[in-house]
Amino acid sequence: MALVLMGAQVAFCAGAVPYRPEADQQVLETLPARAADPRMREIRESRAALARSPRDLDLALRLARLYYAEVAAEGDPRYIGYAQAALGPWWDEPAPPPAARVMRAILRQFNHGFDAANADLDAALQADPRNGEAWAWRAAIAMVQADYTQARRACLGLQSLASTLIETACLAQVDGTTGRAPAAAASLRAALAAASTSAPAERLWALTRLAEIEERLGEHAVAEATFRRALDLGLTDGYLLAAYSDFLLDRGRAREVLALLKDKGRSDLLLLRLALAAKSLGDPVLPAWAAELAARFDAARLRGDSVHEKEEARFALGVQGQPARALVLAQRNFAVQREPADARVLLEAAFAAGQPAAAAPALKWMADSGIESQVLRGLERRLKGAP
Amino acid sequence: MIGAALRRAALLLALAMPSAQAHKPSDSYLRLSVDGATVTGEWDIALRDLDFEIGLDADGNGEITWGELRARHADIAAYAMARLRIAGDGADCKISSGEQLVDNHTDGAYTVLPLRAECGAAPTELTLAYTLFASTDPQHRGLLRLDVQGATQTGVLGPQAPQQRFALRQPSRWVQFADYVREGVWHIWIGFDHILFLLALLLPAVLVWRRPHWEAARSFGAAGWDVAKIVTAFTVAHSITLSLATLGIVSLPSRGVEATIAASVVLAALNNVFAVFHGRRWTVAFVFGLVHGFGFASVLADLQLPKGSLLLALVGFNVGVELGQLAIVAVFLPIAYALRRTAFYRRGVLVGGSMLIALIAALWFAERAFNLELMRF
Repeated sequence: MALVLMGAQVAFCAGAVPYRPEADQQVLETLPARAADPRMREIRESRAALARSPRDLDLALRLARLYYAEVAAEGDPRYIGYAQAALGPWWDEPAPPPAARVMRAILRQFNHGFDAANADLDAALQADPRNGEAWAWRAAIAMVQADYTQARRACLGLQSLASTLIETACLAQVDGTTGRAPAAAASLRAALAAASTSAPAERLWALTRLAEIEERLGEHAVAEATFRRALDLGLTDGYLLAAYSDFLLDRGRAREVLALLKDKGRSDLLLLRLALAAKSLGDPVLPAWAAELAARFDAARLRGDSVHEKEEARFALGVQGQPARALVLAQRNFAVQREPADARVLLEAAFAAGQPAAAAPALKWMADSGIESQVLRGLERRLKGAP
Repeated sequence: MIGAALRRAALLLALAMPSAQAHKPSDSYLRLSVDGATVTGEWDIALRDLDFEIGLDADGNGEITWGELRARHADIAAYAMARLRIAGDGADCKISSGEQLVDNHTDGAYTVLPLRAECGAAPTELTLAYTLFASTDPQHRGLLRLDVQGATQTGVLGPQAPQQRFALRQPSRWVQFADYVREGVWHIWIGFDHILFLLALLLPAVLVWRRPHWEAARSFGAAGWDVAKIVTAFTVAHSITLSLATLGIVSLPSRGVEATIAASVVLAALNNVFAVFHGRRWTVAFVFGLVHGFGFASVLADLQLPKGSLLLALVGFNVGVELGQLAIVAVFLPIAYALRRTAFYRRGVLVGGSMLIALIAALWFAERAFNLELMRF
């Protein structure tokens, strides 16, 4: 713990020396979007409307959703704060209207306020059991918390409130984690074939989940084909790029990661994969990327954020070569999030740090869930064989 | 109510769930330093946040240029200053801001707003009320670094705790005084020119000049009295000029001072060989001590004294120099007294040592007066 905290002092000095730019034309900052961008215009108009009547819940929800769409597209957490501000009059109320509670839950889960988010969603679903959005979020949070009974219940609640592909994918992600991976993969493939005209974004999501299940089952060639189908949809999706990069890194194909993620280092998730790839190739760019990532993690820690611990654990382990620090981070992360990737970094860090006992929570989760994963089972064997 | 299309879109997002942030949330960096009744500092505020709040991208092309930023400097200062309150022991400090610069943090460019707050009296507790971006981004945080006399505190400011109090653990007067005493001792020990000057004056103290040669002092007391006169004269003299210089009453060019100090060592050492001022060496100590005082003052200036405790520092530093000298005397005098009848002391140490001191000091003089580099110490 002390080691983890030590970096914080250093980070304050990370800024360079303040300077006075020489020319008026010098560009200092590039904004995420131009003012004339239709999305920005819509946000601006919505913001102005809400400013005129700040207690209008419909206007507030509309603006909050526009902001959240920016978070999803760009991964930029500033919009989470803006959305929270839009909900200002309802934010601290114990029982705001159900629609406000669902939005509040979405924003709360972003900063890992999972229990508070669940409370909001349950209350909203009690008021309206046909709120598909609330069921979907309930399922997603239950998956992160490894509460598979609740996840399955939420997927069933979703029935007839979403497309068949989404309904199937929701249950498949639960089955794929709880010892029914081959059946889950088969049902996902069938649903994808049946819903060949469904929205590209829905297909991308279903294909990503399918590829992950196939990869865990050790069907690498099939998984790669599925990843490629998802990428060929032509949508920019940070989660998909990160998942495919991890697949490539595991196959020793780091060079392809550098090409895939070229110029995408603005995202912490993707910069981590770039750094891991550079590390395995001995690429001279590594020190610069590692310093940048370290500075971002330090900056988050300065303000007390802990939502990056999984990524930081992988960084400490795979790039910095600090298994003891990685283990502390992975343990703390696993107390909050328990998905396959969270278990993996905990197992790897425990092994590297020579502390197999520290892996116990992840091993217990593997036994309880019955997850099928060649990588996780391999790590389990190595840990149990270790002295 | 939300439309079906939006609901569908939101549903997808839920299932994809970006579980980690790709960029940094909004932070500002507030560095404050308390010195007596004055708080100075810098406040780094992200251009992106300012653009969202008051609009910086005048031509709407998605890029913020220095020209666009410069045009809004006054508005930025007014906006920010209205959202930060600094109070010392409950009384508001008067804050003003200076000319803004630019700095880069991990997530882009920031304006750097220099701050200065006058608090009337040196506070023991600082209250910060911070409401920057509170109404538009409740997740925004101000990352505070507060320095008080070398001790650093950090804090996270923001809507979660809009007003926070920080006890200023000013080091006690006694601790500060002890620090300056230590600096004084340290300086005399590493200041070879002062030590050699003192030694040159002290070497003959265990002897008495009986023309045409030196004789052993009759008693330890007589030798001690001679030493006491020299050391006291030196101390009184350098205390006078050290005080005058530190208080800003007299100021001399440091190169001239340093060269004169070197010259004083040459003269003091040669006097031991050619014996000009034998009886009244304390007057030599006094006259050149005045020059050495200016040398000490430049050291004290480098320590960047807090204005509130200038006198404390001055006295502490002087006491330290004094203690350092006494330590040298305490080692020197008994040894010299014991050896005073030997040819080794009279020829080797007094004459040979003085010649050596004169030679070293002459080289210093040449270096300092003509800005050369002859020796490395």
